[in-house]
Amino acid sequence: MKFAITVFSPPYSPSSRRALRFCEAALAGSHEIVRLFFYQDGVYNASGAIVTSQDETNLGHEWTRFIESNSLDAVVCIAAALKRGVLDETEARRYQRPGDGVVNVPWALSGLGQLHEAAQQADRFIAFGGS
Amino acid sequence: MKSMLIISRQSPWSGPTAREALDIALAGGAFDIPMAILFMDDGVFQLCAGQHAATLQQKDLTANLQALSLFGIDDLYVAQSSLAARAVQPVETLSVKRVSDSEIATLINRYDHTITL
Repeated sequence: MKFAITVFSPPYSPSSRRALRFCEAALAGSHEIVRLFFYQDGVYNASGAIVTSQDETNLGHEWTRFIESNSLDAVVCIAAALKRGVLDETEARRYQRPGDGVVNVPWALSGLGQLHEAAQQADRFIAFGGS
Repeated sequence: MKSMLIISRQSPWSGPTAREALDIALAGGAFDIPMAILFMDDGVFQLCAGQHAATLQQKDLTANLQALSLFGIDDLYVAQSSLAARAVQPVETLSVKRVSDSEIATLINRYDHTITL
């Protein structure tokens, strides 16, 4: 089955952790993830600037490893990200902001059209962390 | 094409959620995806007339709601029980269909995908 996944919650929220575990289980069960789309506070999952204490999980790092090792398509909504200070190097240069909070490498900043495109391709569209 | 229902549950002043829910709908409309919005719980406050968003240094969302039909989004619904619980009415210039709680279940089943914000 083809899944499209959206995450609306920040990395310190239980629903973001559940989203990652769900994605791991989906791939382990030979399903396909057509795209991960991060919206609202979910964009913080892509932030390279989050520091967690050593005995705590850094979910952003886990997402990055998961996305890289499975060569997944991961998109961060650009409007939601700019508003929250989660920039990539191009955007940091464009708006002359410090590049310290840049997104971890395998994520692409793009528009909401990517969410709809993924939803069209997927058999199941699952959102984590809505209100 | 797969259709999508947005369930919008937050008041316009409680944070960016109301606007960000609307943005998903507008983006879908721009791609000609069959979209609908159901306003329920505090989301019904988005439909009220006479809002003064500027006093909270916010942008007024009502203009974005009026733009929905330009994006081909005419299927707007509001939960009757949420209106009644808050004693509010949707603004008359907006065509919104009132649905009962049992009709909400039917509505959700009618769409391929649902996002609740």
